[in-house]
Amino acid sequence: MYVYDQYDQQIVDQRVAQFRDQTERFLAGELSEDAFLPLRLQNGLYIQRLAPLLRIAVPYGLLNSTQVRMLAHLTRKYDKGYAHISTRQNVQLNWPRVEDVPDILAELASVEMHAIQTSGNCIRNTTTDQFAGVATDELEDPRPYCEIIRQWSTLHPEFAFLPRKFKIAVCGTTEDRAAIYNHDVGLDLVANDKGEVGFKVIVGGGLGRTPVIGSVVCEWLDKKHLLTYLEAILRVYNQNGRRDNKYKARIKILVRAMGVDAFRDAVEQEWAAIKDGPTTLSKEEIERNRAFFTAPDYEVIDCDTSTAALGAQRSADPLFDNWIKRNTVAHHVPGYRIVNISLKATGYAPGDVTDGQLELLADLADQYSFGELRTTHEQNIVLADVRKDALYALWQSLQAADLATANIGYLTDMICCPGGDYCALANAKSIPVAEAIQSRFDDLDYLYDLGPIDLNISGCMNACGHHHIGHIGVLGVDKKGQEFYQVSLGGSKTKDASLGKILGPSFKQEDMPDVIEGIISTFVSQRVEEESFLDTYKRIGLDPFKERVYAKAD
Amino acid sequence: MPRLIKNGSIVEDSWLPLEPENETPRAQHILSLDQWEALDEKEGTAVQLESDQPPAPLKAHLGQLSLIAINFPAFTDGRGFSYARELREQGYQGELRAVGNFIRDQIHYLSRCGFNAFHLEQETELEGALSSLEDFSEHYQAASDKTDPLFRRR
Repeated sequence: MYVYDQYDQQIVDQRVAQFRDQTERFLAGELSEDAFLPLRLQNGLYIQRLAPLLRIAVPYGLLNSTQVRMLAHLTRKYDKGYAHISTRQNVQLNWPRVEDVPDILAELASVEMHAIQTSGNCIRNTTTDQFAGVATDELEDPRPYCEIIRQWSTLHPEFAFLPRKFKIAVCGTTEDRAAIYNHDVGLDLVANDKGEVGFKVIVGGGLGRTPVIGSVVCEWLDKKHLLTYLEAILRVYNQNGRRDNKYKARIKILVRAMGVDAFRDAVEQEWAAIKDGPTTLSKEEIERNRAFFTAPDYEVIDCDTSTAALGAQRSADPLFDNWIKRNTVAHHVPGYRIVNISLKATGYAPGDVTDGQLELLADLADQYSFGELRTTHEQNIVLADVRKDALYALWQSLQAADLATANIGYLTDMICCPGGDYCALANAKSIPVAEAIQSRFDDLDYLYDLGPIDLNISGCMNACGHHHIGHIGVLGVDKKGQEFYQVSLGGSKTKDASLGKILGPSFKQEDMPDVIEGIISTFVSQRVEEESFLDTYKRIGLDPFKERVYAKAD
Repeated sequence: MPRLIKNGSIVEDSWLPLEPENETPRAQHILSLDQWEALDEKEGTAVQLESDQPPAPLKAHLGQLSLIAINFPAFTDGRGFSYARELREQGYQGELRAVGNFIRDQIHYLSRCGFNAFHLEQETELEGALSSLEDFSEHYQAASDKTDPLFRRR
């Protein structure tokens, strides 16, 4: 993974000093609440319902074991002993004190971490595929480009006060695990007709209150132009994006208002002035970044022996066998597998992880996966490089710590924002809804029969829980001061992305497990053979679900 | 005389503030874009752009202007950052002044975008603002203060 040199370290250290001074001036009354607000947001600090929330950046979801141990230490020293993995692959602390934040940032800086631009109207953490570098369908590793974008966007002087937040995602595979069509900018590594790899550039996708699938503004961009082209897009947005209404301020609204062709022309015009300038990427810079993301020292493993040994362990222990089947994925190197660790055990808020679990995960990463871990936008953890012959020992350790729930991709592996229990923006709670659904669907065999289902829950229309792109989406709404839940069906986050359609009038919290059960039993009764939920929905449409769920509610 | 930061020091302001309704402003006044466009002789003049006025109309006269002020109606309105960079990229060499409701914590970024003068609402903040100018000594990006991005220097 990327390792800081003296320049990177100096920049984060100076950022800590700057924020310490700003916090001291705020606490002394010399800096107004209004002026402190965007400054603290650009350091990840929200003031929330019960306490501040600190969002720590995990660039493109990559962590080493030292950093994970630091996170465990921070949750103990400054918080309540647990952290939360967000849908942007970041880590959130729910209970820090404002006056402690400069010290927390200083401790983070000591392990090459920060909270820069994890919130605010600026360029946010760039996200990517959690299987980057090890996926079997990868054209090129997206992480070097994520790091190049991270450096370019970090403390960018021109784009810190944009009309609204700005999110970039990069994908290097056939299957899209980065939701590039739902970002302000999505970058897809693709080959042109000469076989040269560049970027397809997608602009103006997004979720929130106006969900939009992004539009292609450039079919193929030479890699060397990546930063100047992004700069041109941001310049058009910074000057022309709406600033009168925060709900119409995202770039998707601008692209739609201008039309994608006029938007492209405006970008081309800005680009002409800076194209081939000093920000043009050199071959050396691309290679320098690629050198940080080379394959680890994989051992040459006798595949027959290791596969046979694993087979024997699997037939001896059905629970282990099941976990292998549900939670591990093929690796591009023979003898290795990718391991998904579910943070969706019933009884834990989705995406929450305790200090003890973090320390165990750090140890397991050191022992079994070259000391690295990844966070996922589904709010789980990945160990990307585990030898097949180590899987059994790894599984036993995970099981002892409640980390071996075999539900990856199934109904109870839901995406869920912190909701009204923590978040000041939320209209409704989301964690109790997730827990009630998890308790209702606690029969794993039944879940497997249902096949993969994305259930995504957001506590408000800011859509941090990505409800629009869940096969089943749940959105918390406020009706005359009471919490209700609107359900949508048919969303999808893949390259043929689609947005869910609203089922009908919203439901009370206590009815939600019944509603989900009604949707699931409609699917089961209408399903043809092994058809997936999404395919059944596409074939039969919304009406059968509607009839069932609302008939039951009467 | 009001004071402001210019080229890294606190100096007295020799320009008179904007009087947009005044039909016959004096030579030392900063002019609104309307007033300035009506001038026949633009040599040595000063103009103020509002945040919804992109700098395109100034382009043909950049060599004649002595001062371009860019107003920030609210510090969260970041359009002026891009206007400043475009003006410098187009070769403007004169004084580029931030006015209005920007805050001291922004002046490091403003300076990177090409502003070399800062008229803060509160003169008591000038000393503190001088130190904010120095918040960072290294940067990743190329900008008006550094021709090359860090990757061409590291």
